[in-house]
Amino acid sequence: MKAAEKRGRGAVRRDRVLLMMILPAILYYIIFSYLPMAGTVLAFKNYNYVDGIFGSPWNGLKNFRFLFSGGKIFRVAWNTLAFNTVFIVVNQSLQILTAVFLTEIGSRYFKKISQSVIFLPYFISWVIVGGFIYNLFNYEYGSLNTLLRTLGADPVDMYSDVGAWKYVLVLVNAWKWVGYGSVIYLAAITGIDREIYEAASIEGAGKFRQIFSLTIPLIVPQIVTLVLLDVGRIFKGDFEMFYQVTGNNPLLYETTDVIDTFVVRSLLQLQDVGMSSAAGLMQSLINFAILMIVNAAVKRAESDYALF
Amino acid sequence: MHRYKLTKEKVIFNLIAGLYLSLFAVLCLFPFLIIISGAFSSETSILEYGYSLIPREFSTAAFRAILTYPAEILNAYGVTIFITAVGTGAGIALSTMAAYVLQRKCFRYRNVLSFLFYFTTIFDGGIVPKYILMIRYLGLKNNVLALILPLLINVFYIIIVRSFISSAIPESLVESAQIDGAGEFQIFSRIVMPLSKPILATIGLFMALGYWNDWFNAMLYIDDRRLIPLQYYLYKMLSQITMLRELVSKVPQLTAVTPPEESFKMAMTLITIGPILLLYPFIQKYFVSGIMIGAVKG
Repeated sequence: MKAAEKRGRGAVRRDRVLLMMILPAILYYIIFSYLPMAGTVLAFKNYNYVDGIFGSPWNGLKNFRFLFSGGKIFRVAWNTLAFNTVFIVVNQSLQILTAVFLTEIGSRYFKKISQSVIFLPYFISWVIVGGFIYNLFNYEYGSLNTLLRTLGADPVDMYSDVGAWKYVLVLVNAWKWVGYGSVIYLAAITGIDREIYEAASIEGAGKFRQIFSLTIPLIVPQIVTLVLLDVGRIFKGDFEMFYQVTGNNPLLYETTDVIDTFVVRSLLQLQDVGMSSAAGLMQSLINFAILMIVNAAVKRAESDYALF
Repeated sequence: MHRYKLTKEKVIFNLIAGLYLSLFAVLCLFPFLIIISGAFSSETSILEYGYSLIPREFSTAAFRAILTYPAEILNAYGVTIFITAVGTGAGIALSTMAAYVLQRKCFRYRNVLSFLFYFTTIFDGGIVPKYILMIRYLGLKNNVLALILPLLINVFYIIIVRSFISSAIPESLVESAQIDGAGEFQIFSRIVMPLSKPILATIGLFMALGYWNDWFNAMLYIDDRRLIPLQYYLYKMLSQITMLRELVSKVPQLTAVTPPEESFKMAMTLITIGPILLLYPFIQKYFVSGIMIGAVKG
């Protein structure tokens, strides 16, 4: 009886020390994640600085009505979904392809060098990528037009060709992330037992056959997990990329504006807290719903692959 | 016959793989080469021929122009180094403490807290409430903390460290320390921290890269020139020069005046990415192992 009591007190004391150790992280998440979650009530308020988030008067669905009446939100929501879907397909395919090629290429030296170089873009800030893009496409001095001129062709003005930016963004996004993403597939492929390939080889299966019948099926768990992680943010645009790659150029908004750039612009330039928080709340809720539905569907099909 | 077919396929495969990887590698390297070449080119050669891979007229004029008034760029460097050092140091300490606590099976709130931390990655309040919180409630406009706090703790790093501790540090070690009378904090600081060095180095590098490359928080919260970090300084520089040029091109009388803009921009960019390019060969492998750990556990 006494011993149990003593152990109980010890456990309480230990819990208290542990709680103190994790307290900074708890406070951090309360302040920087849970308070902002409560702050989403802004979407239903007529915000003014003096009264603050919770003191400002309610104004029902007026912010949402205003958001939808502008019509822009439908376009940016569509852009966000469409871009992210294409990003997932293109990036995952290229990552798998890159990882397969890196594993199978004969020369170790070549593998090391090319992997290092392909990984490099991950380390560069989007500001610098924005600079690269400008160097490439700038009408007067850009590398593209320099090349075209030396070939005797007419220079192109990318900044007046709105449609081309869809492809630019997809390519730049792949350029930035494929090196990073291929590392995960590389680890998965390296983990596959080499004996399987030897057996397949003896059976007469060539390289291409081995890749499609062995490698790809064996990394399906990683593919599902990574796609699921991406789907978990399919309604969130990568603000930094869209802002920097397009140089926040209003001429390109039609094809390149996503929810995040729209929200930040409405907040910083128009100072429209009501509309931007309505757009932000709608984005968070839809994104959350998509993640829950997709995760549940995956869980039903193959419970091991689900995120949670 | 059979054998011959196999090797032929192998040759074709290696050819395709080699071509693909070379092309990709060239595309990844190309912009960096343009920057380096542009930074060391004379302005007139860029204006006449555009950017090229090798400087047509070698010149260090752009660097000399930048170094004539180095105060601002040095200040931006200082801000970035400060936030990177403080943010990474504090971030490592707080994340590992949290990770240690969350893997202690005896800790009563383990599951609740794990869930509450993880939940922040699947639902968030968005940028607007956070922005208002930072400015109106925490008063962090033009405060260096506005550059540090938003990136301080990341759930994924906590998860990575937590699984490292529970897999790499035997429970018996912790238990025997407990029997010897060590408290939780002592066990953490004397046993767990030293044994977790490799994983702390890895998450530390990810955090440092995040701070080094951050410009978004500066755009939101910083107007004060003395607090502008390197990336945002570069962004402002690049966009101002572009704006200036567009302005100049609209006013015919001004077109005769061409300050060394293009080579200047390249040189500025090179000064900003220089440290990363120099460190890259040495730190790259830590990032690779970090991603692999994250992939296995996350």
